[in-house]
Amino acid sequence: MDNFLTLFETYNVPAAFWVNIQLTFWAAVWSLVLGTLLALMRISPIPSLQWLGAAYVNIFRNTPLTIIIAFGVLGLFGQLQVSLTDDFNLNFFRLAILGLTIYHAAFVCEAIRSGVNTVPLGQAEAARAIGLSFLPAARLIILPQAFRGAIAPLGNVLIALIKNSTVAAAGSVAAEASSLMKTMIEFRGDLVIPIFFTFAIGFVILVIPVGLLTTWASRRLAVAR
Amino acid sequence: MTSEPQPSTSASSAHPLVSLKKVNKHYGPLHVLKDIDLEVARGEVVVVIGPSGSGKSTLCRAINRLETIDDGEIRVDGKVLPAEGKALARLRADVGMVFQSFNLFAHKSILENVTLGPVKVKGMKGGEAKELALSLLKRVGVDNQADKLPAQLSGGQQQRVAIARALAMKPKVMLFDEPTSALDPEMINEVLDAMVALAKEGMTMIVVTHEMGFARKAADRVVFMADGQIVEQATPEEFFTNPRSERAKDFLGKILAH
Repeated sequence: MDNFLTLFETYNVPAAFWVNIQLTFWAAVWSLVLGTLLALMRISPIPSLQWLGAAYVNIFRNTPLTIIIAFGVLGLFGQLQVSLTDDFNLNFFRLAILGLTIYHAAFVCEAIRSGVNTVPLGQAEAARAIGLSFLPAARLIILPQAFRGAIAPLGNVLIALIKNSTVAAAGSVAAEASSLMKTMIEFRGDLVIPIFFTFAIGFVILVIPVGLLTTWASRRLAVAR
Repeated sequence: MTSEPQPSTSASSAHPLVSLKKVNKHYGPLHVLKDIDLEVARGEVVVVIGPSGSGKSTLCRAINRLETIDDGEIRVDGKVLPAEGKALARLRADVGMVFQSFNLFAHKSILENVTLGPVKVKGMKGGEAKELALSLLKRVGVDNQADKLPAQLSGGQQQRVAIARALAMKPKVMLFDEPTSALDPEMINEVLDAMVALAKEGMTMIVVTHEMGFARKAADRVVFMADGQIVEQATPEEFFTNPRSERAKDFLGKILAH
């Protein structure tokens, strides 16, 4: 037991989790923005935009996240010299956020679309009938109701994103939790099982509130019809 | 197809407010509107009746292009219905619509339902829009519900709010698509009363309904549709006492039997 506790003196486990929380936060914000735009494209009356939105979702939803993240480092940075900042480590951090965003935006888009399906067609017809064109109708009438109907599926995407933030390890973000776990196992092979449990429990602690919160919010904010 | 010169923009009463010429629509193999010709004059109240599936709702929804048509021409106040985009939105702002299922914006208060159009479409100031909305809500008798959400109101109240919402845009013509069909019987009259009052004030109205009492009381003309065609049109008095076509006689026989 003492052995186990000294681990926390040697290795800063909370700091590693903090990196995952930051990755999650920024990827969640950007994928919500991008996913909303994609959902708008998919429900728009313009066929070419619908097609583009559908193509995006089908490409990135069906590509393994590891490949997308690794492409960020090896393809974008290594080959194409794309740099999001001059700071070496921060660049990998940002490329990982980019990869997480690109991947999860596809799922956010589909979650929002499922929310759009909870909004009766009559709402859009009434909006058009008073003279709102597509964008104002979407912004004022459809999306506010769709988001409230999409809280639970969006929560699922967020939960997946929290755990998928460990894939940033494939993008050379060495400070995040799963990378630290690997290091710890390397140096303290005698404590491999407690180390695994530490990180598993850490993620469970992060994820459980998200599930509780979204369940509560989806009931609380449901649109009464 | 529409190369003839547009009538001048001055709102003269020389042309009918709503006109349909040889309008056709298909749903797959189903021919739901067959060569529909209809003109509605300014201030006229036209009631469209007919058996279900006769195309009367489709006709009503085609006038503000919630349903597209295959060919023919629909004009509102002399202007051909635009295909899409801003011009269509502008035209819709001039055409009020009341739906069978009310379709109040479920996440907005009663007051916001009525102010949204004037503020967001017409750019009216918030305070002015609120004043307008409250006066319209008062007119249909639901001003005391202004801060509630639609789901907290009865069907009859919701439908009266929907009428106020449409009126807030100061429309040239109001379309009613079976406005009382989804209501409990005891709530039908409160909605019909609001519609009769509107008709008396001179609003141009096209009303798809099964309420023969309303047709008798408020309509200038009854249009009877069956199988996608206008079978006959007449004044209510003439239509109900002396229908000419067999289809109309048959229909009236069925609904007036009890």
